[in-house]
Amino acid sequence: MSEPIISIRNLKKVYHVGEVDVNALRGVDLDIKRGEFMCIVGHSGSGKSTLFNILGGLTPPTSGTVMINGKDLRGMTEGERTNLRKTEIGFIFQKYNLLPTLTASDNIAIARSIAGKGDTADPQFTEILKLLGISHRLNHKPRALSGGEQQRVAIARALVNHPSILLADEPTGNLDTENSNIVLGILRDLNERLGQTIVMITHNPEAATYGHSITHMRDGSIIG
Amino acid sequence: MVNKLVIENLKHRPIRTFLTVAAIGLQVTMILTLVGLSDGTIEDSARRTRGVGADILVRPPASSAIGLSSAPIPQKLLQVLQQQPHVALVAGTVEHATGGLLERVTGVDFDALTEMSGGLKFTEGGLPKSDNEIVVDDYYARQHKLHAGDTYSLINSNWIVSGVFEAGKGSRVFLRLNVLQDKIANPGKLSVIYVKADDPKNIPLVLAGLKKLLPDNPIFTLEEFLSQISVNSVALMRSFTNVVIGLSVVFGFLVVFLSMYTAVLERTREIGILKALGASPSYIVGILMRETIFLGIIGSIFGILLTYGTRFVIMSFPASLTQKIVPEWWPISTGIALVGAMLGALYPGLKAARQDAIEALTYE
Repeated sequence: MSEPIISIRNLKKVYHVGEVDVNALRGVDLDIKRGEFMCIVGHSGSGKSTLFNILGGLTPPTSGTVMINGKDLRGMTEGERTNLRKTEIGFIFQKYNLLPTLTASDNIAIARSIAGKGDTADPQFTEILKLLGISHRLNHKPRALSGGEQQRVAIARALVNHPSILLADEPTGNLDTENSNIVLGILRDLNERLGQTIVMITHNPEAATYGHSITHMRDGSIIG
Repeated sequence: MVNKLVIENLKHRPIRTFLTVAAIGLQVTMILTLVGLSDGTIEDSARRTRGVGADILVRPPASSAIGLSSAPIPQKLLQVLQQQPHVALVAGTVEHATGGLLERVTGVDFDALTEMSGGLKFTEGGLPKSDNEIVVDDYYARQHKLHAGDTYSLINSNWIVSGVFEAGKGSRVFLRLNVLQDKIANPGKLSVIYVKADDPKNIPLVLAGLKKLLPDNPIFTLEEFLSQISVNSVALMRSFTNVVIGLSVVFGFLVVFLSMYTAVLERTREIGILKALGASPSYIVGILMRETIFLGIIGSIFGILLTYGTRFVIMSFPASLTQKIVPEWWPISTGIALVGAMLGALYPGLKAARQDAIEALTYE
């Protein structure tokens, strides 16, 4: 682990809900090093999902600095944030978010297509597929896959373009204990074997133990 | 990959896809049927006029090239015209609308018609031998299920069909000239006079002579006459076609708008996923546009095939209508369908592109 791949300073996010301003983040400072597996833990409303959305370039910060791989998110246009998602960030969601009309294989391929890459995956990705243990399920559509399998396909999709950062939002939230352990084990393997930087949002303290470090959030601030 | 996504999306909602394709198909059929009908009917009319064998047509004063006139030309003019230099033959006809769609009956001097046209070729029976007999062409006979010897009611009288002839000699229904003149209470009057020159090279001379003799009558060579009875020369027909094309575009726009708007709402979450994966607004719009183009092309092919069906149905109608298959209009109607469809997909596409990714991802 070396220099921070993510550097956040005094990050604030205010949502305007009708005539009310909601302070979702109230001055967050955080550094995440390259190759780190960080878990961000907090209850509902703690601001962890807002932090996830900002790190993923899905919403801009209100103020503060967010440097990702040396690029400042705050000054980015919508198009630049779209590019960031395409090249630097891989997402894993609680509800898997696979496209229901496509097979597992095509769900992975669409991410390559969006990134402007060819349909053929590289050898390293083939290794990742083996690690995920879904090679034999690639021709199935999501409805034919178990929750654990769908989440492993989602991990494969998130990694197919070799992003600098893997963002996982409650990746085990919809899984039973057995599948949760499998998915968390895979994330730890990816981090340890490939040096993949992972930021995982969770409210589950047990899941958080799979990471190198745990950051606690409450009421839009980091508390430890 | 995008094409695969488009096809899988279309397969995912087969009824929606089928209805959209069918609606676009109907739009294309509507255009092709109307154009085919107007072109076909007019070309058929032109072909039959050519079949009379005349070189020059004399129409009543203040009449247009096409259209059914009354019979204001004095029949005695035939003798005058017959005396003109280089005139070989003259034949006068009287025409009367039967009340059917574009249907008319023609009174003719059968001897003059035979001499000018080379004669009617009968597939059944022969020329009328009495005043209560008519002859019909095979197209008319097929539509009205008539055979030689049948009794047929026309212009408030019963007639015996004395023969069925091959189509292409002026009218579809002929009877004796004096009989029709009496029937319509217009004895001694004609609707059109057909003139044949003694030599084709003398046609200009004959034309000039007739124009000098009858300055108030529209007089055309056959080629002039035929050139005037095109769809473009009939302002009303062209305007009507344009109105139908305009309605088709609106129809296609509304159908695809509704279809794509529903699709965008239905796929809100999927659009959010694509955005999270880094899909740009143009990528999202591109997917919907490809889907629209695909629907437009399949719908157009369906519509083109459907025109063979409408042709079959229209040709079965008891009316003097001929629908032509118009391949030159296939790309035009497809283009019109695509324009309507893409206009319809534009707003839903932009709505999809503008969707907030976070909201879309939480959409249930």
